[in-house]
Formats: sequence, C-alpha cells, structure tokens
Amino acid sequence: MITKINPRKGWHFFTVEDFKELLQYKDLLYMLVGREISVLYKQTVFGFAWAIFRPLVQMVIFTFIFGKLVNMQSMIGTDVPYAVFSFTALVPWTYFAVALNSSTGSLIGNQQFFTKVYFPRMIIPITPIISKLLDFAIAFIILLVMLFAYGIVPNYQIVFLPLLVLLMMMTALGMSLWLSALAIQYRDVSQFMQFFAQLLMYAAPVIWPITLVPQGYRFVYGFYPMAGVIEGFRASLIGQSAMPWDMIGAGFITATILMITGVLYFRSRENVFADVV
Amino acid sequence: MSETYIKVDHLSKLYRLGVAEAMHDSLGGAIGAALKAPFKNFRKLQGLSDFKDKDDESVLWALRDVSFEVREGEVLGVVGKNGAGKSTLLKLLSRISLPSSGSIEISGRVVSLLEVGTGFHKELSGRENIYMNGTILGMTRKEIDRKFDEIVAFSGVERFIDTPVKRYSSGMQVRLAFSVAAHLEPEIMIIDEVLAVGDADFQKRCLGKMKDVSQQGRTVLFVSHNMQAVQSLCTRCIMMENGRLVMDGGTDEVINYYLSKQMTGGSMRVYETPTDAPGNQQIRLQRAIVYKNSSTPSDGQLLYVNDELVFEFAFWNYSPGVHANLSLVLNTVKGEVIFNVVTDDKPIGEGLHVARFQIPANLLNDNVYSIDLYFIKNLKETICLIENAVSFEVHDAPREKAWYGKWIGAVRPKFETTFEKESD
Repeated sequence: MITKINPRKGWHFFTVEDFKELLQYKDLLYMLVGREISVLYKQTVFGFAWAIFRPLVQMVIFTFIFGKLVNMQSMIGTDVPYAVFSFTALVPWTYFAVALNSSTGSLIGNQQFFTKVYFPRMIIPITPIISKLLDFAIAFIILLVMLFAYGIVPNYQIVFLPLLVLLMMMTALGMSLWLSALAIQYRDVSQFMQFFAQLLMYAAPVIWPITLVPQGYRFVYGFYPMAGVIEGFRASLIGQSAMPWDMIGAGFITATILMITGVLYFRSRENVFADVV
Repeated sequence: MSETYIKVDHLSKLYRLGVAEAMHDSLGGAIGAALKAPFKNFRKLQGLSDFKDKDDESVLWALRDVSFEVREGEVLGVVGKNGAGKSTLLKLLSRISLPSSGSIEISGRVVSLLEVGTGFHKELSGRENIYMNGTILGMTRKEIDRKFDEIVAFSGVERFIDTPVKRYSSGMQVRLAFSVAAHLEPEIMIIDEVLAVGDADFQKRCLGKMKDVSQQGRTVLFVSHNMQAVQSLCTRCIMMENGRLVMDGGTDEVINYYLSKQMTGGSMRVYETPTDAPGNQQIRLQRAIVYKNSSTPSDGQLLYVNDELVFEFAFWNYSPGVHANLSLVLNTVKGEVIFNVVTDDKPIGEGLHVARFQIPANLLNDNVYSIDLYFIKNLKETICLIENAVSFEVHDAPREKAWYGKWIGAVRPKFETTFEKESD
C-alpha cells in the first residue's frame, strides 16, 4: 500500500477510493455510534425515557397552545385530535432537529480525534445521523401506541415510511456536511443554529396543517424536504390523506443536491480542519 | 511483501499566527472598528486556511523545505527544541494535516501515536475503550477480538476491565491506552513523546515492546525530548530547527550536536576583551566555566547527576578598594530557583579575581540550568548583576536495571540511608 500525501487545493471530489476507505473504517463508525448511544444516557435517572420526553412535552405544550388556545383544531379540517396531529409531525421533526444540531457541532466536539489521528473525517458528522435513529425509533413506538389508543389505524401507505425516513436522514446529513465544515472554522454557525432550527420548525407543517398552503404552491413548498417528510408521515400513519408525492419528489431533489454539494464542500475543506481549530 | 519506506520531499507547511489587535482610544474609533469588525474577523478566520500573502508577518513556516528518507527497519529519531517543527512533521506524516507544498510518499501501513488513548471516553468501560481506541487507530473489530486478551494482559488492568475508565487511576488509563497501541501491527510506526507518561516499570515494558517492533524489521519514527530514550532506540537521527532539517546522521553524532546547541552560550564562556564581556563600569566578567569533576572543562561533555561540578567565575574589578562578595543563583531552564550560594565578603582591589563554587555530586537533579551572578558591595548593595552568566545541562546517570523515568524533585541528593531487619 502506497500513500501519497500532497498539498490539496480547490474542489475535491468523492472518488471510488474515498468510498472504499470509508467502508474500511465502518467498524469505527459502528463504535462511534455505539459510544454515542451508550454514553448519552449514562448517569441519568430516566435513561432512554428522555428520548420520549422531548417530543411528548412539546406535544403537550402544542396541544395546549395551538389545540386549545388558538384552536388550530378547526383548521385541520378533520376529526384527528390535535395531539395526534402534532405528535405525528414531532417524531420525525425531533429526529431532524436533534440530528442536525449534534451533527453540526460534531467536528467542534470531536477535535481531539481528528487532530490526533487520521481517519475519513466524514465519519464524524455521519455518526449522529445514525445514532439519533434510536431515539427516533423509541419515539416512533410511542407514536404507534398513541395511535392505537385513539383507535387510529394506519393504512397501506405505511409501506412508504422507510422512504420518508431516508429523505429525512439525507436532508439532515446534507445540511450537516455543510454546516459542520463551516462551523469548525466559523463558530458563528453555532450561534446561528440556535434560531435557525426554530425557523426551520415554523417553516415546516409541524404545528399547522398543510391545508394552509394553497394546492398550487405545494410542489414548490415541497422543495423544503421536511415538509414532504411530515406530510408523508401524516398520510401514512393517520391515513386520511393521500401520499403527497409531488412534495416528496421535490424534497428528494433538494436533499440530493444538499448531499452532493455537502460532500463536495466537506471534502474540499477537510484538509484544513486540523489547522483551523 | 514489498519494501516499506517513507520519502519526504521538499516538505513545507505554513500556519497563521495571531496578530495583536489595534487598540482604539476614542469612542468614534471604537465604534468604527466595531462596525468593521465582522469583515476583519471574516478575513482573519478565512486566513487560517488561505495563504495568498505568504510574506505576511502573521504567516509562520512551521516546516520549510524538509527532505529525508527512512528505509525499512530503520528507527529514526527526530530531535529538536519545542517549536522546531517536530510535531508538525509528525502531523503531516500521519495525514492529520496536509502540507502547503512538497510531498510525502509512504509505502506500508502506518499507525501514528501522537497521543495515548485517543477516543477514550471516561463513561465507557475499559473493554469498550479498547475497541473504541483500536478502531480509531485503524484496526477492525475482528483484529481487536483476536488480540483482546493479549492487550488486557499487557496493560495489567484485568480486574477492572468492565469498570468505567473514569474510575481508573491516570496511570491505569495510560497503561491501557498504550497496550492497545502496542498491539497494532503496523509496518510503520510514528510515535510522539508518549513515553513521558506512566511509571518506570511500564515505561520499561513499552520500550521493550518498541524495540521488538523495530527488530521485526518495522520502521519507526520516534520523537522525544528524552535523549536516553532516543539513544537507546534509534539507529539514525534528524535534528530540526526553526522548521528546517539541520542535521541528518548517526544517533550519537546528532544528539551531541543537539545538546551542544541547546545551551545558549554553553557551559564555557571566555571573553577575550572586556568590551565584549557582560558587566558594567565596575565589574566585567572574564570567564565563566563549569568544570566536570573539578578539573575538566565541561564544554562538549555530558554532565551527569553523579558528577561533582565546579563553577568558576573570573572577573575584572575596576573600582579600587571595595568590600564585595559574589552571590550565585542557580535557576532551572523554567526559571525555578534551586539555590542561592554566597561567597565570603572581602576587600578587593582593581584587577582580575576568581571565585569558585564547588557543587557536590548527587545534588542537582537532571535539568537544564543557568546561573545568575550578583556582585554585592558591603553586603547590601548590588553593584552588578550578570544574568545567565553560564548555562549547562545535567543528565541522568545511566542507571543499571532501573529504567529512566523522570526523577522528581528540585534536587536529587543522596543521603545516608539505612534499611535493615529489626526483628522477626
């Protein structure tokens, strides 16, 4: 095996060799994911219950404010309780927000790794994208229990759910590749993220129904991938609407562009990570 | 298996240094600066990775045009002062950072150990950390499975292997971490100052392990400030200074050169003409010499902790008829004062005078020292102070059987001790 180390300038593409190298280090990815999961709830009283609390508490707050005070219920247009309506959206949303946030900060938080040893840097932002799936799975089970309790039975569209999970992971990863690589040199990103995540949430149909967006604009709105993910979750689990394929399709276009450019940007910046921390 | 080697060709690396911020003394200036700050900050942050203006004062050449080769089975020592570029070189060789220009070609699987225990997490058990640390160093889980028992046995923490690492003593953590690293099977190993940690017994085992590695025909690059470790391990050395490679040769040759360069001015200073000599109108130094075992000037010789030393200072006195004495302050290179010795106070006339200080063997610990000399009139007034009149390094004496862990303490006296059986 011959390694050549040369200065690197300009754009760097993700080659077959890079992919092979990433595969070589897959055990490291497993270990990092395992570590994140097992460390997260160590020395806490409630342990994995925390994975449920966050979306659950948000649901209670939203149900009280938007369901009762604002009476968003009437806008939903169906008889689905607001609690179910919002929790169905909060489960994928919480995953997205948490994964994006921890992946964006992942390079800063793991400096001690990449300033001391070589491995494909991309493993670091990928780790939270995978590890946060566990929290998502736990919250998802609670969601199923809740649907059952309210007597709501998902219809056949539930088979498309993995596609929506893929879309939400791609979006989180694409954005994180950009943001983590930026954040390591410009710490402004961490400040920016605090309100950016909120902005993204209000922009997604988490607390409000998609019916507020006129039919003609839905496709354009769908370029915000989380809109399609959330509406897709509602369609497949509550089963009162058809799968919004136009929005999901648009979302995949955005997510793919985010992924490709994110990988490009990350690869072009990773050679200076150790120099700019 | 094809031959392993490292080829470093005209390697350079630039870093950006921090530059002092301008101060503003008016409100207007401060407001203006605050408005411009984001643009300035942006350029500054961008500049961390962008070097269009290479002649800028804030650009540092951490490495400049370094070329060398390491062949299979060689153990190359890299010596040099702090900031000479050793760590930068290792970072480039380990692919942590990329060169600004030049190239490196490495044939063989490399493992670099710039730190022990990378990836250790305090909440995880010893077992989990072995896997974590091993995979981050490039092992697969299968490889670790295979060597797990060996690693645990070498570290000597069997009993605590399922205890979180945060309950370990720091020594145990280091032992565990080094064990993982020692059981990697790289063809090329790059090691930075990792032996500075751990107790003497463990260091000895590590050194033994590293010797094994090199005897199996593997290539090792070793950076250390510990000259004895370099001497006993390396077959060849390079010396770095201000980012450049200044010497490449046999271990003894390079180490001796390095030690002689390390002391600014050295342990023997003679001033031919008073105008060049340190001092003032009343006192001028003529010579300052550290003798080894009372008669040999130590210049070019290694001083050991068990050598008796004599400090000799000759000076010209220009003021007639003063009552004076000399006060000697011995500082370590870090500026700690070890002791202050004074001579008798006596009337001295004009002319050349000499003072000698005899330092018994087994007093000074191994360290780099410099001497400040105070000339005192009438036991109260300093008429002349000569800082760093002479400097020297005391080395650890080669110890039989024991290994060379750093002996702690400001001094290292050898007092009378007894140790005997008292009763059954």
